[in-house]
Amino acid sequence: MLEIRWHARGGQGAKTVSQLLALAALARGNYVQAFPEYGPERSGAPVKAFNRIDDKKIRVHYNIYEPDVVVVVDDSLLNSETVKVTEGLKPEGILLVNTKISPAEVRRKTNFKGKIFTIDAEKIAESSGVGYANIPTLGALARAVDFPLEPLAEELKKMLGKKAPPEKVQANLAALQEGYERLSANGG
Amino acid sequence: MATRASEQLRVLTGHQAVAEAMRQIEPDVVAAYPITPQSEIMHYFAEFVANGKVRTELITVESEHSAMSACVGASVAGARTMTATASQGLALMIEIVYIASAMRCPIVMAIANRALSGPINIHCDHSDAMLGRDAGVAQLFAEDAQEAYDFMIMAQRIAEHPSVLLPVWVNLDGFTLTHTADVVELLEDELVKEFVGEYKPRYPLLDVDHPTTQGPFALPEYYFELKRQQVDAMESVPQVLLEVQAEFARLSGREYQGFFEPYYLDDAEYVIVVMGSTAGTTKEAVDTLRARGEKVGLLKLWLFRPFPREEIAAALEGKRAVAVLDRALSLGNYGPLYLEVSSALYEAQRRPRLYNYTYGLGGRDTTAKQLEAVFMQIQEKTFGKEMHYIDLRE
Amino acid sequence: MFKSYKDLPLGGVIEAAPDRTKKKTGDWREEKPLWDEAKCVNCLLCWVRCPEAAILVEEGQMAGFDYDYCKGCGICAHTCPTEAIKMVPEEEEVPEQARVRAKARRDGNKSK
Repeated sequence: MLEIRWHARGGQGAKTVSQLLALAALARGNYVQAFPEYGPERSGAPVKAFNRIDDKKIRVHYNIYEPDVVVVVDDSLLNSETVKVTEGLKPEGILLVNTKISPAEVRRKTNFKGKIFTIDAEKIAESSGVGYANIPTLGALARAVDFPLEPLAEELKKMLGKKAPPEKVQANLAALQEGYERLSANGG
Repeated sequence: MATRASEQLRVLTGHQAVAEAMRQIEPDVVAAYPITPQSEIMHYFAEFVANGKVRTELITVESEHSAMSACVGASVAGARTMTATASQGLALMIEIVYIASAMRCPIVMAIANRALSGPINIHCDHSDAMLGRDAGVAQLFAEDAQEAYDFMIMAQRIAEHPSVLLPVWVNLDGFTLTHTADVVELLEDELVKEFVGEYKPRYPLLDVDHPTTQGPFALPEYYFELKRQQVDAMESVPQVLLEVQAEFARLSGREYQGFFEPYYLDDAEYVIVVMGSTAGTTKEAVDTLRARGEKVGLLKLWLFRPFPREEIAAALEGKRAVAVLDRALSLGNYGPLYLEVSSALYEAQRRPRLYNYTYGLGGRDTTAKQLEAVFMQIQEKTFGKEMHYIDLRE
Repeated sequence: MFKSYKDLPLGGVIEAAPDRTKKKTGDWREEKPLWDEAKCVNCLLCWVRCPEAAILVEEGQMAGFDYDYCKGCGICAHTCPTEAIKMVPEEEEVPEQARVRAKARRDGNKSK
């Protein structure tokens, strides 16, 4: 079972991408769970979202304490005094951060010994015109955990297709793809 | 099989699963008032109403007391009626829930289980469900979103069965199930519509050619007998449930035979009895301990009301020890589920050692490791009979 | 009388519309309403609000009280905008006019 914890701020779409990942995982034949940190939702406040992905039916219903992967959508959380993004993260796990700083700097800030990946999702979001960093970060995550891009793109199309104009859908797909391709690694 | 089933496989939260069931059932009337963590059920359902997916009359009211009152009015008028609530909302409804039961209104209610204030808290426990323990409503508890969906559909048939005609509550753990997206297999709309059929009320108040007086004052010469009728109605639920489960299995391929799900129960010597989402976590604990050779098992209770006392006694008789896990307090005594199980076992010849744990109040998380510890603790013959608390700072 | 709880209709439903004529509530009365026809504007609010349908109406006009059913609650007097109805002790004599009208109504005699 793969357990993922997302760190973001309220309004940055961590819950949305965790749901997208769940939909894509189901489409490729996995069992999934996606859940937000339960409780009041406050824009700007640090929030978490979670994913479980497995080959068999997932029966457990409790929080994820020792994730295999942590994704940080907002790098200001690396400096947070209340949120420790690497808490419980398995030593052999993966830390993926949307940031302009290098993996080495992330390692210095977090003292995490496992694999660290960074992606400048903010830049991709701006250049592609999607506005939010969550989608390119999701693309980068797919690369980091070796998850195929195709079902993600497919589900993203379905999710946006109902509401967004075609050019917006295309921009999001491009951002997802770019996140996947631009992932720079400094593996541990 | 694979194509048809997988086409219906969806990633849905408990909210969405319940709302989808409601859409497929398409009740005549729904009256509800928002409350965390139930509100999204009605958000999704209101969207179905607004988009013309259902022709349901959605009545928005100023409180849960009014919601339940409107439901009783609609049900008595002859409408298939549903509502959903949680916690304080259910507490406010309770006065009318007793009346709904006495007036034999088959109202299906989704309860997104949440702690009762105070202190105020929005997270899961089963205190709200326990408010209905003596109210004359049948109560089912779901382990996951799939069960919540399936129970909503089955509940309709149970509630409207001529020998039952009582409200039915489908309990699903607030947040843990309502807000978690999970893989759910939906049935096709037509199949559900066919399964629930058309509601044929016995005394529709709107049938002006056959006027009736409903909810009359019952003085001492009538009240007692009318309550006795409710006893019969409740006692007919188990048989109806079995029939509905069998029919549902033919329809869905999902087997729910019985009042509880046994998991490695037959040859288990040490057993946990629990309701709701923690049952899934307990299965994980059972697997871990079985792999180490421990003879442990689970009795996951689906039907809390009416309480299947004989079947539970038969399933637990002869076990070495049983831990009953309560997600609610009955302040002043052991937990409500423990009291039920212990009274069910009174007639048993070979009674197990029985222990009571309180867990998960106000949304306190319960992990598989903690449940493994419970299994190990109850193996000690000297383990105390006092109430035990999981993950509490003593 | 029923022999078993099973003989009662489900949930205590009464398989008939409420029929007030079966229970004469006139003897509950301690005070009775009196009507001053001169003050009456025939708004019929008394008829709307009377819980026992004891306000007699003939051809759309207020026509007195049915004392067999009036239980003396006084809602009519309270509700009357012109004070054409007042409550008086039960022992007080009822003017001939009102009594005749009431009787005529009960007898099914529609003439004034």
